[in-house]
Amino acid sequence: MSDDPAIRVDDVAKRFGQITALDGVDLEVAAGTVFGLLGPNGAGKTTLVRILTALMRPDRGRAEVLGLDVGRDAQRLRPRIGLAGQYAAVDENLTGRENLRMVGRLYHLPVAEARRRADEVLNEFGLEDAADRPAKTYSGGMRRRLDLGASLVGRPEVLFLDEPTTGLDPRTRLDMWRLIERLVEGGTTLMLTTQYMDEADALADRIAVIDHGRVIAEGTPAELKGRMARDVVHVTLGPDADVDDVAHDLRSLAAGETQGDRDARHVTVPVAEGTQSLLAIVRRLDETGTRIEDIGLHRPTLDDVFLALTGSGIDDGPGSESAAAPEGSSS
Amino acid sequence: MSARTSPPPLTRLVHNASDTFVLAQRNLMRYVRLPQLLAFSTVQPVMFVLLFNYVFGGALFLPPDVDQYINYLMPGILVQTVLFGATQTTVGLAEDLSKGMIDRFRSLPMGRAAVMGGRTIADSIRNVFVVTLMLIVGGLIGFRFQNGVLAGLGAVALVILFGFAFSWISAFIGLVTRDPETAQVAGFIWVFPLVFASSAFVPVQTMPEWLQAFANVQPISVTVDAVRALTLGRPLDPVWPTLAWIVGILAVFVPLSVRQYRRSV
Repeated sequence: MSDDPAIRVDDVAKRFGQITALDGVDLEVAAGTVFGLLGPNGAGKTTLVRILTALMRPDRGRAEVLGLDVGRDAQRLRPRIGLAGQYAAVDENLTGRENLRMVGRLYHLPVAEARRRADEVLNEFGLEDAADRPAKTYSGGMRRRLDLGASLVGRPEVLFLDEPTTGLDPRTRLDMWRLIERLVEGGTTLMLTTQYMDEADALADRIAVIDHGRVIAEGTPAELKGRMARDVVHVTLGPDADVDDVAHDLRSLAAGETQGDRDARHVTVPVAEGTQSLLAIVRRLDETGTRIEDIGLHRPTLDDVFLALTGSGIDDGPGSESAAAPEGSSS
Repeated sequence: MSARTSPPPLTRLVHNASDTFVLAQRNLMRYVRLPQLLAFSTVQPVMFVLLFNYVFGGALFLPPDVDQYINYLMPGILVQTVLFGATQTTVGLAEDLSKGMIDRFRSLPMGRAAVMGGRTIADSIRNVFVVTLMLIVGGLIGFRFQNGVLAGLGAVALVILFGFAFSWISAFIGLVTRDPETAQVAGFIWVFPLVFASSAFVPVQTMPEWLQAFANVQPISVTVDAVRALTLGRPLDPVWPTLAWIVGILAVFVPLSVRQYRRSV
């Protein structure tokens, strides 16, 4: 039974008037893993989360969470999931403690249990000192923590976080990451959406890149990076070295075509083994007595992946090319 | 997988009641945290009692069974107060929607009517408080229940019930308008013609005939007449149509707002 995926999405589509928010999405999320939905604003991430948390019905397709159909079995599903949406949904006039107790009561915990659970969450999230202050006095980061805490009061088996760090300053963002890492250690399945590549990279076991309502790539962060781009060693040569000779010579260590740029005195070497390859290249250059000014290993970021994925094909693919093509050219 | 299934009907009923109670408590906490809000929502109706009484009181020819204007005015102004108060539900729900609170509530295993129920019940509890205060101020300037305390309490109960029903209309408007600023205007605008083109402040017979046609049948007049019947000791005929309006409004707007709540995106 633990082999059953925690989330299963099968050909889910959703339109709002003229806008297609989701255009046939298929996904599976294994229990106990962190799944990142990565995409720009308007890609359809929030719509998918809203469908999976039974806030919205898909026009087409099937979505199951914990084996329950999100449409038909919504009432049975709700006690077992948690959601922290894009806004910190806390009541500003209530204190942190009161907010959490309220949510506990709405999960139908007995009064004493709701109180205890609220205290636990305040403690876990470092909010004890502010617990009895109205939430309107909280900083942005504290509100987010309280909101995240509220989504955990019911000890959900599956947790949905919709852009949990959007709008937070870098330090608070790192604090949130650490909190999220800690809470998934307990075995909660987590689906999180983000526009930030580094966030998906840092937190997710698997990532689906989503754009214009479609999943355009899916895999582990390493797979995605590997699929699109290899590690590359950049070498800048000293004035007396011959760029073409070096480029030719390093071909034996490369995982693809080396490239030389005579004007920039620059050689680019795609490599397979990262740091090991870098060391091999350094040794080789040393053996041949080649003088260099600079050498460095560039690892592709998810930004590179995302740009490569969305830049080609979807927006400025053939459309912009054909517009530039001369009129009357034969077909 | 844990064997959690749908709770039996009785449990669900208890849950619904508990959810509504928890949310009513939440909405009332607003007045505890923002006492100035309660102060202003109380000052306004009290001010209306004093202004209307002393400004209009001298200019009106009263029906023969009414000795002074305050006894005629009080039922009208009580009904006006609970209607104006109902707009709090409109604004409150629109705020909850725009701030993502409704999303959170909808993701919880709560009763579908609890969010609106919590609002309308909180409105009603606040109304009890405000109405009591108004009766005290009214009493100071001469208002008396002409028909005994029991009928007087009946009148108050009718006013509160009517306010409760209207809060459900307000809830629906709040869920439809979504934006708090719009809700502020939309929540009020439709109440004015209903309150003023009614028997609340002046006898309907003094209005032009075309307006009388409307003023005679609309629920505010019916309710004000019923409250007057109870406080002045008139025949109780208008009480039944008032109860019918209350039941009718609830029968239409409870399901409508629950539907709107479930669809709210």
